[in-house]
Amino acid sequence: MSEGRIRALGLLSGGLDSTLAVRVLQEQGIEVACVNFHTGFCIQSHTGAMRNPKPGAPPPRHDALHAADKLGIRLHLVDIAEDYVRIVTDPKHGYGKNLNPCLDCKIFMVQKAMEMKEQMGFHFIFTGEVLGQRPMSQRRDTFPVIDRESGASGWLLRPLTALRMPVTEPEKRGWVDRERLHGFSGRNRKPQMALAAQLGVTDYPSPAGGCCFLTDENYSRKLQDLWQYRGSREYAMEDILLLKAGRHMRPAPGFKLIIGRDEAENHFLSGFAEGRILIRAKEIPGPLTLVEGTPTPEELTLACRLAARFGKGKELPEVVMVIERDGSQEVRTIVPLPAHEIAEGWYV
Amino acid sequence: MTTQPNPDLVVDARRLLCPMPILRAEAAMQNLPAGGTLAVRATDPGITRDLPAWCRVNGHRLLEIRQSGREWTGWVVKGGQEAAPPSPLDISGV
Ligand code: SF4
Repeated sequence: MSEGRIRALGLLSGGLDSTLAVRVLQEQGIEVACVNFHTGFCIQSHTGAMRNPKPGAPPPRHDALHAADKLGIRLHLVDIAEDYVRIVTDPKHGYGKNLNPCLDCKIFMVQKAMEMKEQMGFHFIFTGEVLGQRPMSQRRDTFPVIDRESGASGWLLRPLTALRMPVTEPEKRGWVDRERLHGFSGRNRKPQMALAAQLGVTDYPSPAGGCCFLTDENYSRKLQDLWQYRGSREYAMEDILLLKAGRHMRPAPGFKLIIGRDEAENHFLSGFAEGRILIRAKEIPGPLTLVEGTPTPEELTLACRLAARFGKGKELPEVVMVIERDGSQEVRTIVPLPAHEIAEGWYV
Repeated sequence: MTTQPNPDLVVDARRLLCPMPILRAEAAMQNLPAGGTLAVRATDPGITRDLPAWCRVNGHRLLEIRQSGREWTGWVVKGGQEAAPPSPLDISGV
Protein backbone atom coordinates (compact mmCIF):
# COMPACT_ATOMS: atom_id res chain seq x y z
CA MET A 1 0.00 0.00 0.00
CA SER A 2 1.30 3.45 -0.87
CA GLU A 3 2.03 5.53 2.17
CA GLY A 4 1.00 8.85 0.53
CA ARG A 5 -1.64 10.35 2.78
CA ILE A 6 -2.53 8.08 5.65
CA ARG A 7 -6.18 6.98 5.47
CA ALA A 8 -8.12 5.62 8.41
CA LEU A 9 -11.57 4.08 8.63
CA GLY A 10 -13.52 4.66 11.84
CA LEU A 11 -16.68 3.27 13.37
CA LEU A 12 -18.96 6.27 13.82
CA SER A 13 -22.09 6.25 15.97
CA GLY A 14 -22.35 10.03 15.93
CA GLY A 15 -21.97 10.22 19.71
CA LEU A 16 -19.31 12.30 21.42
CA ASP A 17 -16.60 9.63 21.67
CA SER A 18 -16.56 8.50 18.06
CA THR A 19 -16.79 12.13 16.89
CA LEU A 20 -13.79 13.03 19.06
CA ALA A 21 -11.80 10.04 17.81
CA VAL A 22 -12.28 11.37 14.26
CA ARG A 23 -11.23 14.87 15.25
CA VAL A 24 -8.12 13.66 17.11
CA LEU A 25 -6.92 11.88 13.96
CA GLN A 26 -7.90 14.75 11.69
CA GLU A 27 -5.73 17.01 13.86
CA GLN A 28 -2.80 14.77 12.89
CA GLY A 29 -3.51 15.28 9.19
CA ILE A 30 -4.95 11.80 8.70
CA GLU A 31 -7.65 11.40 6.07
CA VAL A 32 -10.66 9.91 7.79
CA ALA A 33 -13.74 8.13 6.50
CA CYS A 34 -16.24 6.29 8.66
CA VAL A 35 -18.72 3.47 8.61
CA ASN A 36 -22.00 3.19 10.46
CA PHE A 37 -23.66 -0.20 10.70
CA HIS A 38 -27.42 -0.65 10.66
CA THR A 39 -28.35 -3.61 12.86
CA GLY A 40 -32.11 -3.10 12.89
CA PHE A 41 -31.97 -2.22 16.59
CA CYS A 42 -30.27 1.16 16.30
CA ILE A 43 -31.87 3.94 18.29
CA GLN A 44 -32.42 6.72 15.82
CA SER A 45 -35.42 8.33 17.46
CA HIS A 46 -37.65 5.64 15.98
CA THR A 47 -40.23 6.12 18.65
CA GLY A 48 -40.21 9.81 17.82
CA ALA A 49 -40.70 9.00 14.15
CA MET A 50 -43.73 6.80 14.85
CA ARG A 51 -45.58 9.00 17.34
CA ASN A 52 -47.35 12.33 16.89
CA PRO A 53 -44.62 14.99 16.87
CA LYS A 54 -44.28 17.18 19.96
CA PRO A 55 -45.26 20.72 18.97
CA GLY A 56 -42.21 22.68 17.88
CA ALA A 57 -39.80 19.72 18.16
CA PRO A 58 -37.49 19.22 15.19
CA PRO A 59 -37.90 15.92 13.32
CA PRO A 60 -35.60 13.11 14.45
CA ARG A 61 -32.28 12.71 12.67
CA HIS A 62 -29.59 10.13 12.02
CA ASP A 63 -26.77 10.97 14.41
CA ALA A 64 -23.89 9.42 12.47
CA LEU A 65 -24.95 11.06 9.23
CA HIS A 66 -25.12 14.47 10.85
CA ALA A 67 -21.81 13.98 12.63
CA ALA A 68 -20.19 13.03 9.30
CA ASP A 69 -21.74 16.11 7.72
CA LYS A 70 -20.27 18.34 10.42
CA LEU A 71 -16.91 16.56 10.31
CA GLY A 72 -16.75 16.85 6.54
CA ILE A 73 -16.03 13.16 6.07
CA ARG A 74 -17.35 10.37 3.87
CA LEU A 75 -19.70 8.00 5.70
CA HIS A 76 -20.50 4.50 4.54
CA LEU A 77 -23.89 3.35 5.78
CA VAL A 78 -23.87 -0.43 5.79
CA ASP A 79 -26.88 -2.65 6.43
CA ILE A 80 -25.81 -5.70 8.47
CA ALA A 81 -29.27 -6.48 9.83
CA GLU A 82 -29.58 -9.86 8.16
CA ASP A 83 -26.24 -11.23 9.37
CA TYR A 84 -26.80 -9.64 12.74
CA VAL A 85 -29.66 -12.03 13.58
CA ARG A 86 -27.23 -14.75 14.62
CA ILE A 87 -25.39 -12.28 16.90
CA VAL A 88 -28.61 -11.48 18.74
CA THR A 89 -30.04 -14.97 18.85
CA ASP A 90 -26.89 -16.90 19.74
CA PRO A 91 -24.07 -14.71 21.07
CA LYS A 92 -20.92 -16.67 21.88
CA HIS A 93 -20.05 -14.28 24.73
CA GLY A 94 -23.59 -13.98 26.06
CA TYR A 95 -25.73 -10.97 26.88
CA GLY A 96 -25.23 -7.89 29.02
CA LYS A 97 -27.83 -6.66 31.50
CA ASN A 98 -30.61 -7.04 28.91
CA LEU A 99 -30.56 -8.73 25.50
CA ASN A 100 -27.52 -6.72 24.39
CA PRO A 101 -24.79 -8.98 23.02
CA CYS A 102 -22.23 -6.15 23.17
CA LEU A 103 -19.04 -8.16 22.93
CA ASP A 104 -20.16 -10.26 19.96
CA CYS A 105 -21.61 -7.14 18.38
CA LYS A 106 -18.33 -5.23 18.65
CA ILE A 107 -16.33 -8.18 17.31
CA PHE A 108 -18.69 -8.47 14.36
CA MET A 109 -18.56 -4.75 13.54
CA VAL A 110 -14.77 -4.53 13.85
CA GLN A 111 -14.45 -7.61 11.64
CA LYS A 112 -16.66 -5.95 9.00
CA ALA A 113 -14.63 -2.74 9.25
CA MET A 114 -11.42 -4.76 8.76
CA GLU A 115 -12.88 -6.25 5.57
CA MET A 116 -13.68 -2.74 4.35
CA LYS A 117 -10.17 -1.57 5.26
CA GLU A 118 -8.72 -4.27 3.00
CA GLN A 119 -11.17 -3.69 0.15
CA MET A 120 -10.95 0.10 0.19
CA GLY A 121 -7.27 0.55 0.94
CA PHE A 122 -7.35 2.17 4.35
CA HIS A 123 -4.16 1.99 6.45
CA PHE A 124 -5.88 1.16 9.73
CA ILE A 125 -9.21 1.28 11.55
CA PHE A 126 -10.25 3.07 14.73
CA THR A 127 -13.07 3.40 17.24
CA GLY A 128 -14.04 5.93 19.90
CA GLU A 129 -13.99 3.29 22.65
CA VAL A 130 -12.80 4.29 26.09
CA LEU A 131 -11.46 1.80 28.61
CA GLY A 132 -13.90 1.12 31.44
CA GLN A 133 -16.72 3.14 29.97
CA ARG A 134 -19.13 0.31 29.25
CA PRO A 135 -19.43 -2.72 31.49
CA MET A 136 -19.44 -5.43 28.83
CA SER A 137 -17.40 -4.45 25.81
CA GLN A 138 -15.08 -1.68 26.95
CA ARG A 139 -12.91 -3.43 29.52
CA ARG A 140 -9.20 -4.16 29.81
CA ASP A 141 -9.89 -7.87 29.41
CA THR A 142 -12.40 -7.53 26.55
CA PHE A 143 -10.46 -5.19 24.24
CA PRO A 144 -7.92 -7.94 23.43
CA VAL A 145 -10.83 -10.36 22.79
CA ILE A 146 -12.35 -7.92 20.30
CA ASP A 147 -9.00 -7.40 18.60
CA ARG A 148 -8.17 -11.09 18.41
CA GLU A 149 -11.54 -12.49 17.38
CA SER A 150 -12.14 -9.82 14.75
CA GLY A 151 -8.69 -10.32 13.27
CA ALA A 152 -7.84 -6.66 13.95
CA SER A 153 -4.99 -7.11 16.45
CA GLY A 154 -2.53 -4.26 16.01
CA TRP A 155 -4.64 -2.53 13.36
CA LEU A 156 -7.39 -1.17 15.56
CA LEU A 157 -6.48 2.14 17.18
CA ARG A 158 -8.52 3.65 20.01
CA PRO A 159 -7.34 7.28 19.97
CA LEU A 160 -9.18 8.30 23.16
CA THR A 161 -7.74 5.57 25.36
CA ALA A 162 -4.59 4.61 23.41
CA LEU A 163 -2.12 5.63 26.12
CA ARG A 164 -3.51 2.87 28.33
CA MET A 165 -3.21 0.25 25.59
CA PRO A 166 -0.31 -1.55 23.89
CA VAL A 167 1.23 0.34 20.97
CA THR A 168 -0.52 -0.41 17.67
CA GLU A 169 0.92 -0.76 14.16
CA PRO A 170 -0.07 2.73 12.98
CA GLU A 171 1.84 4.16 15.96
CA LYS A 172 4.85 1.87 15.43
CA ARG A 173 5.01 2.87 11.76
CA GLY A 174 4.90 6.56 12.55
CA TRP A 175 1.54 7.11 10.83
CA VAL A 176 0.04 8.29 14.09
CA ASP A 177 1.84 10.32 16.76
CA ARG A 178 1.18 8.51 20.05
CA GLU A 179 2.11 11.65 21.99
CA ARG A 180 -1.00 13.32 20.61
CA LEU A 181 -3.39 10.52 21.56
CA HIS A 182 -5.24 10.26 24.87
CA GLY A 183 -5.46 8.02 27.91
CA PHE A 184 -9.06 8.49 28.99
CA SER A 185 -10.69 5.80 31.11
CA GLY A 186 -13.77 5.19 33.19
CA ARG A 187 -17.24 6.60 33.09
CA ASN A 188 -16.38 10.18 33.90
CA ARG A 189 -16.98 12.12 30.71
CA LYS A 190 -15.45 15.42 31.80
CA PRO A 191 -12.14 14.86 29.98
CA GLN A 192 -14.03 14.15 26.73
CA MET A 193 -16.12 17.28 27.22
CA ALA A 194 -12.98 19.36 27.78
CA LEU A 195 -11.44 17.90 24.63
CA ALA A 196 -14.65 18.60 22.73
CA ALA A 197 -14.50 22.24 23.79
CA GLN A 198 -10.85 22.40 22.76
CA LEU A 199 -11.57 20.92 19.33
CA GLY A 200 -14.71 22.99 18.75
CA VAL A 201 -17.10 20.05 18.88
CA THR A 202 -20.33 21.42 20.29
CA ASP A 203 -23.17 19.56 18.60
CA TYR A 204 -23.39 16.01 19.85
CA PRO A 205 -26.27 13.87 21.15
CA SER A 206 -26.65 13.21 24.86
CA PRO A 207 -24.61 10.23 26.05
CA ALA A 208 -27.70 8.79 27.73
CA GLY A 209 -29.08 7.75 24.35
CA GLY A 210 -27.20 4.45 24.15
CA CYS A 211 -26.38 2.44 21.05
CA CYS A 212 -29.44 0.33 20.56
CA PHE A 213 -32.78 -0.94 21.75
CA LEU A 214 -31.21 -4.18 22.98
CA THR A 215 -29.94 -2.37 26.07
CA ASP A 216 -33.49 -1.27 26.87
CA GLU A 217 -35.23 -3.34 29.53
CA ASN A 218 -38.75 -2.93 28.13
CA TYR A 219 -37.70 -3.70 24.60
CA SER A 220 -35.73 -6.77 25.70
CA ARG A 221 -38.76 -8.04 27.61
CA LYS A 222 -40.90 -7.79 24.49
CA LEU A 223 -38.31 -9.59 22.40
CA GLN A 224 -38.04 -12.30 25.05
CA ASP A 225 -41.84 -12.65 25.01
CA LEU A 226 -41.84 -12.97 21.22
CA TRP A 227 -39.23 -15.74 21.33
CA GLN A 228 -40.95 -17.57 24.16
CA TYR A 229 -44.37 -17.72 22.51
CA ARG A 230 -43.05 -18.51 19.05
CA GLY A 231 -40.96 -21.30 20.49
CA SER A 232 -37.91 -20.10 18.57
CA ARG A 233 -35.32 -17.37 18.93
CA GLU A 234 -35.71 -16.12 15.38
CA TYR A 235 -37.08 -12.75 14.29
CA ALA A 236 -37.92 -10.88 11.12
CA MET A 237 -37.27 -7.18 10.49
CA GLU A 238 -41.02 -6.52 10.84
CA ASP A 239 -41.02 -8.11 14.29
CA ILE A 240 -38.27 -5.92 15.67
CA LEU A 241 -39.89 -2.80 14.24
CA LEU A 242 -43.26 -3.65 15.74
CA LEU A 243 -41.66 -4.19 19.15
CA LYS A 244 -40.87 -0.46 19.09
CA ALA A 245 -44.46 0.59 18.43
CA GLY A 246 -47.65 0.62 20.47
CA ARG A 247 -48.79 -0.90 23.73
CA HIS A 248 -48.15 -4.67 23.76
CA MET A 249 -50.57 -6.92 25.65
CA ARG A 250 -50.77 -10.69 25.83
CA PRO A 251 -54.01 -11.82 27.50
CA ALA A 252 -53.38 -15.48 26.55
CA PRO A 253 -50.46 -17.50 25.19
CA GLY A 254 -51.97 -17.81 21.70
CA PHE A 255 -52.21 -14.15 20.76
CA LYS A 256 -50.86 -10.69 21.39
CA LEU A 257 -52.29 -7.21 20.83
CA ILE A 258 -50.33 -4.19 19.61
CA ILE A 259 -52.44 -1.14 20.38
CA GLY A 260 -51.67 2.23 18.75
CA ARG A 261 -51.21 5.11 21.19
CA ASP A 262 -51.88 8.05 18.90
CA GLU A 263 -52.88 8.84 15.35
CA ALA A 264 -49.36 8.66 13.94
CA GLU A 265 -48.76 5.28 15.55
CA ASN A 266 -52.13 4.01 14.25
CA HIS A 267 -51.02 5.02 10.79
CA PHE A 268 -47.68 3.27 11.25
CA LEU A 269 -49.32 0.06 12.50
CA SER A 270 -51.81 0.04 9.63
CA GLY A 271 -48.92 -0.76 7.31
CA PHE A 272 -48.39 -4.13 9.02
CA ALA A 273 -51.85 -5.65 8.59
CA GLU A 274 -50.70 -8.39 6.25
CA GLY A 275 -50.62 -11.72 8.09
CA ARG A 276 -52.25 -10.14 11.15
CA ILE A 277 -55.75 -9.23 12.32
CA LEU A 278 -56.58 -5.54 12.40
CA ILE A 279 -59.20 -4.17 14.80
CA ARG A 280 -60.67 -0.68 15.08
CA ALA A 281 -63.86 0.86 16.43
CA LYS A 282 -66.44 1.86 13.85
CA GLU A 283 -67.04 5.61 13.76
CA ILE A 284 -65.48 6.24 17.19
CA PRO A 285 -61.95 7.62 17.57
CA GLY A 286 -59.54 5.19 19.13
CA PRO A 287 -56.60 2.93 18.57
CA LEU A 288 -55.84 0.75 15.64
CA THR A 289 -54.97 -2.63 17.07
CA LEU A 290 -53.01 -5.43 15.46
CA VAL A 291 -53.53 -8.98 16.68
CA GLU A 292 -50.68 -11.44 16.22
CA GLY A 293 -51.12 -15.15 16.70
CA THR A 294 -54.13 -17.44 16.45
CA PRO A 295 -56.88 -16.30 18.81
CA THR A 296 -59.99 -18.44 19.23
CA PRO A 297 -63.34 -16.70 18.43
CA GLU A 298 -63.81 -15.98 22.16
CA GLU A 299 -60.29 -14.60 22.41
CA LEU A 300 -60.93 -12.36 19.41
CA THR A 301 -63.97 -10.96 21.20
CA LEU A 302 -61.76 -10.32 24.23
CA ALA A 303 -59.24 -8.60 21.94
CA CYS A 304 -62.02 -6.33 20.63
CA ARG A 305 -63.22 -5.51 24.14
CA LEU A 306 -59.67 -4.73 25.22
CA ALA A 307 -59.00 -2.58 22.15
CA ALA A 308 -62.25 -0.66 22.80
CA ARG A 309 -61.06 0.03 26.34
CA PHE A 310 -58.32 2.29 24.93
CA GLY A 311 -60.67 4.28 22.67
CA LYS A 312 -63.10 7.15 23.17
CA GLY A 313 -65.96 4.67 23.51
CA LYS A 314 -64.56 3.00 26.63
CA GLU A 315 -67.46 4.12 28.84
CA LEU A 316 -70.20 3.35 26.30
CA PRO A 317 -72.46 0.35 26.93
CA GLU A 318 -71.60 -1.05 23.49
CA VAL A 319 -69.12 -0.36 20.70
CA VAL A 320 -69.15 -1.70 17.15
CA MET A 321 -65.73 -3.04 16.18
CA VAL A 322 -64.49 -3.74 12.68
CA ILE A 323 -62.24 -6.78 12.29
CA GLU A 324 -60.17 -7.14 9.14
CA ARG A 325 -58.16 -10.17 8.15
CA ASP A 326 -56.98 -11.63 4.87
CA GLY A 327 -58.84 -8.93 2.97
CA SER A 328 -62.23 -9.69 4.53
CA GLN A 329 -64.16 -7.61 7.04
CA GLU A 330 -66.38 -8.57 9.95
CA VAL A 331 -68.30 -6.39 12.39
CA ARG A 332 -68.76 -7.32 16.05
CA THR A 333 -70.67 -5.42 18.73
CA ILE A 334 -68.97 -5.72 22.11
CA VAL A 335 -68.94 -4.24 25.60
CA PRO A 336 -65.65 -2.44 26.31
CA LEU A 337 -63.65 -4.25 28.96
CA PRO A 338 -63.88 -2.52 32.36
CA ALA A 339 -60.53 -1.35 33.70
CA HIS A 340 -60.64 -3.74 36.67
CA GLU A 341 -60.80 -6.75 34.35
CA ILE A 342 -57.45 -5.95 32.76
CA ALA A 343 -54.82 -8.09 34.44
CA GLU A 344 -51.48 -6.42 35.16
CA GLY A 345 -49.72 -9.49 33.76
CA TRP A 346 -51.19 -8.90 30.31
CA TYR A 347 -48.84 -5.98 29.70
CA VAL A 348 -45.73 -7.26 27.98
CA MET B 1 -48.28 24.68 -7.87
CA THR B 2 -44.87 24.30 -9.48
CA THR B 3 -44.08 21.18 -11.51
CA GLN B 4 -42.18 18.33 -9.95
CA PRO B 5 -38.71 17.29 -11.10
CA ASN B 6 -38.80 14.31 -13.41
CA PRO B 7 -36.87 11.44 -11.76
CA ASP B 8 -34.97 8.68 -13.55
CA LEU B 9 -35.54 6.36 -10.60
CA VAL B 10 -37.99 6.33 -7.69
CA VAL B 11 -37.32 4.75 -4.29
CA ASP B 12 -40.41 3.90 -2.28
CA ALA B 13 -39.26 4.03 1.35
CA ARG B 14 -42.67 4.72 2.83
CA ARG B 15 -43.30 3.09 6.23
CA LEU B 16 -39.60 2.44 6.63
CA LEU B 17 -37.86 4.06 9.55
CA CYS B 18 -34.54 5.85 9.67
CA PRO B 19 -32.00 4.93 8.37
CA MET B 20 -33.75 2.66 5.87
CA PRO B 21 -34.91 5.45 3.50
CA ILE B 22 -31.30 6.63 3.26
CA LEU B 23 -29.95 3.07 2.89
CA ARG B 24 -32.47 2.44 0.10
CA ALA B 25 -31.51 5.72 -1.57
CA GLU B 26 -27.83 4.83 -1.31
CA ALA B 27 -28.46 1.43 -2.92
CA ALA B 28 -30.54 3.00 -5.70
CA MET B 29 -27.80 5.51 -6.49
CA GLN B 30 -25.58 2.61 -7.58
CA ASN B 31 -27.92 2.19 -10.54
CA LEU B 32 -27.82 5.82 -11.64
CA PRO B 33 -25.17 7.64 -13.69
CA ALA B 34 -23.80 10.95 -12.37
CA GLY B 35 -26.34 13.64 -13.16
CA GLY B 36 -29.28 11.21 -12.90
CA THR B 37 -32.22 12.19 -10.69
CA LEU B 38 -33.52 10.04 -7.87
CA ALA B 39 -36.84 10.57 -6.11
CA VAL B 40 -37.17 9.24 -2.55
CA ARG B 41 -40.62 8.81 -1.05
CA ALA B 42 -40.74 8.46 2.73
CA THR B 43 -43.10 8.71 5.69
CA ASP B 44 -40.43 9.04 8.42
CA PRO B 45 -40.21 12.80 9.02
CA GLY B 46 -36.49 12.35 9.69
CA ILE B 47 -36.04 12.41 5.91
CA THR B 48 -36.33 16.20 6.00
CA ARG B 49 -33.07 16.40 7.96
CA ASP B 50 -31.31 13.25 6.80
CA LEU B 51 -31.67 13.63 3.04
CA PRO B 52 -29.96 17.04 2.92
CA ALA B 53 -27.14 15.77 5.19
CA TRP B 54 -26.73 12.62 3.09
CA CYS B 55 -26.50 14.73 -0.07
CA ARG B 56 -23.80 16.94 1.44
CA VAL B 57 -21.80 13.96 2.74
CA ASN B 58 -21.93 12.22 -0.64
CA GLY B 59 -21.66 15.19 -2.97
CA HIS B 60 -25.20 14.87 -4.39
CA ARG B 61 -27.42 17.84 -5.12
CA LEU B 62 -30.78 18.10 -3.39
CA LEU B 63 -33.32 19.73 -5.67
CA GLU B 64 -36.17 19.90 -3.19
CA ILE B 65 -38.25 18.08 -0.59
CA ARG B 66 -42.02 18.33 -0.74
CA GLN B 67 -44.52 17.31 1.88
CA SER B 68 -47.95 15.99 1.11
CA GLY B 69 -49.86 14.97 4.25
CA ARG B 70 -47.78 12.36 6.07
CA GLU B 71 -45.53 11.76 3.14
CA TRP B 72 -42.38 13.45 1.85
CA THR B 73 -40.69 13.22 -1.52
CA GLY B 74 -37.12 14.37 -2.05
CA TRP B 75 -35.44 14.77 -5.45
CA VAL B 76 -31.69 14.29 -5.62
CA VAL B 77 -29.27 14.67 -8.52
CA LYS B 78 -26.40 12.22 -8.28
CA GLY B 79 -23.03 13.93 -7.89
CA GLY B 80 -19.88 12.90 -9.69
CA GLN B 81 -17.52 13.18 -6.74
CA GLU B 82 -16.48 10.21 -4.63
CA ALA B 83 -16.20 11.83 -1.23
CA ALA B 84 -17.12 14.76 0.90
CA PRO B 85 -15.02 17.93 0.72
CA PRO B 86 -12.00 18.10 3.04
CA SER B 87 -12.75 18.52 6.68
CA PRO B 88 -13.55 21.98 7.94
CA LEU B 89 -12.09 22.72 11.36
CA ASP B 90 -15.18 24.45 12.63
CA ILE B 91 -17.86 21.86 13.20
CA SER B 92 -19.97 23.74 15.69
CA GLY B 93 -23.63 24.58 15.24
CA VAL B 94 -26.40 22.48 13.72
S1 SF4 C 1 -25.34 -1.47 22.84
FE1 SF4 C 1 -26.13 -2.55 21.02
S2 SF4 C 1 -24.99 -1.67 19.27
FE2 SF4 C 1 -23.90 -1.07 21.14
S3 SF4 C 1 -22.33 -2.67 21.37
FE3 SF4 C 1 -24.10 -3.32 22.60
S4 SF4 C 1 -25.31 -4.62 21.25
FE4 SF4 C 1 -23.89 -3.46 19.93
